[in-house]
Amino acid sequence: MYRVRQWSVKQSRLLEAFYQRFEKIVVRLHPLWNRIGYERLEKPFAVTEKTVKGFLFDCQMCGQCALSSTGMSCPMNCPKTLRNGPCGGVRSNGNCEIKPDMPCVWVQAWEGSSRMKKDNVHVVQFAVNNKLYGRSSWLAVARDQNTDSSIQREASV
Amino acid sequence: MERRNVDLSPAELLPILPGHSSPGRFERVLRAGKFAVTTELAPPDSANPAQVYERASVFDGYVDAINATDGSGAHCHMSSVAVCGLLTRAGYSPIMQISCRDKNRIAVQGDILGASAMGVANILCLTGDGVESGDHPQAKPVFDLDCMSLLQIGRKMRDESTFESGRKLDHAPAVFFGAAANPFAPPYEFRADRLAKKVAAGAQFVQTQYCYDIDLLKTYMQRVRDLGLDKKVYILLGVGPLASAKTAEWIRSNVPGVHIPDAVIKRLAGADNQKAEGIQLCIDIIQQASEIEGISGCHIMAYRQEHAVPEIVEGSGILSRRNSRQTPAR
Repeated sequence: MYRVRQWSVKQSRLLEAFYQRFEKIVVRLHPLWNRIGYERLEKPFAVTEKTVKGFLFDCQMCGQCALSSTGMSCPMNCPKTLRNGPCGGVRSNGNCEIKPDMPCVWVQAWEGSSRMKKDNVHVVQFAVNNKLYGRSSWLAVARDQNTDSSIQREASV
Repeated sequence: MERRNVDLSPAELLPILPGHSSPGRFERVLRAGKFAVTTELAPPDSANPAQVYERASVFDGYVDAINATDGSGAHCHMSSVAVCGLLTRAGYSPIMQISCRDKNRIAVQGDILGASAMGVANILCLTGDGVESGDHPQAKPVFDLDCMSLLQIGRKMRDESTFESGRKLDHAPAVFFGAAANPFAPPYEFRADRLAKKVAAGAQFVQTQYCYDIDLLKTYMQRVRDLGLDKKVYILLGVGPLASAKTAEWIRSNVPGVHIPDAVIKRLAGADNQKAEGIQLCIDIIQQASEIEGISGCHIMAYRQEHAVPEIVEGSGILSRRNSRQTPAR
């Protein structure tokens, strides 16, 4: 679904706004997720996430979504899975060195992020944690943000 | 401890100066504000160490450091760790290239320790070419890390004396870390920002892709200076002699990431001796680049024309200017 992927990059600003609202809701529902059990929710969440993001972004389910930092262009579609910008091999027409017919994922990411509010594209992303492949990054955000803030709360007490 | 008849220091290392990361000469030259010259050694398809020394000796007296490529173009050659281990024994100052294409984070960290143990003071962190461009396109591309994560890991090993996992090292590797940059490929507006990310990740020097377009370089360097990066990282401009207009055409259409403007091909095609013109063009670019604020040196990549490196260095006048006492250091 290459066309959809390109549409998503063009709509990066809109999708960013939508995701920010969505994330807030998912994070706020932490007590509910906690009661049902995060591990029990893992599979249904992952399936939903794969369907939605697979359609919109050709998501590869790396489990630690970076779309907000990559202009809504999924970096895992780069043949080198680069998460910090384009390699030096980008062709003069802006296409990939390995797949000559595909526009460089990072040329698109740069365009997409220029339309977005947050400037996350400049932040260095560390390599993916391969243990998280196939897991839901939405759930991970809800869990991490809640445990992080609860840790901070504990620390301040 | 049982004493064995083993030389524990394969390389003659200098003391680490205050504020320096490595015991290497290359870092000293750059920090002293001198215009540095590096080149590239093509590792042999051979198990014979003599071939490494033969290839290195061409550069004797002309360069500050020699890059040992790591499976460049995704082709098999002698490993960069081994080439560097041989070079340090003979007193050379190698820059070991590590490509993320072939090794995961476990292998890479082992190589950083091993190289440092063999006296390697400089490491260049690269993402690497895709396997598709090499002689084993069936191979599994690793890319467990990208060059940024590799830089972060290297810096952590050196500055915090730990592996990425947090496990302690007994002895941290004293390494000067570098990265590559390509100002000559799209998206042009993002290239300086990407350099900023590499600097944030730990790059202390960068070597660029071949430069044949000074105007594009000037635009890039303006942005680099605007971001204040010229004060944080040493930039060595990649240059190289083109053997002929035909070669240039071939490189332009077959080597990803190398940008050669039409004017360059025209200039070569119009010359009586195209090879000599290619060398002159390379010299011209070095001289023009040395005038640009923020360029700290040049990296001469003369694949299959290694013998031309001394001529290029002589012709550019870099070393004679550097060594003359009248000229104040840059």
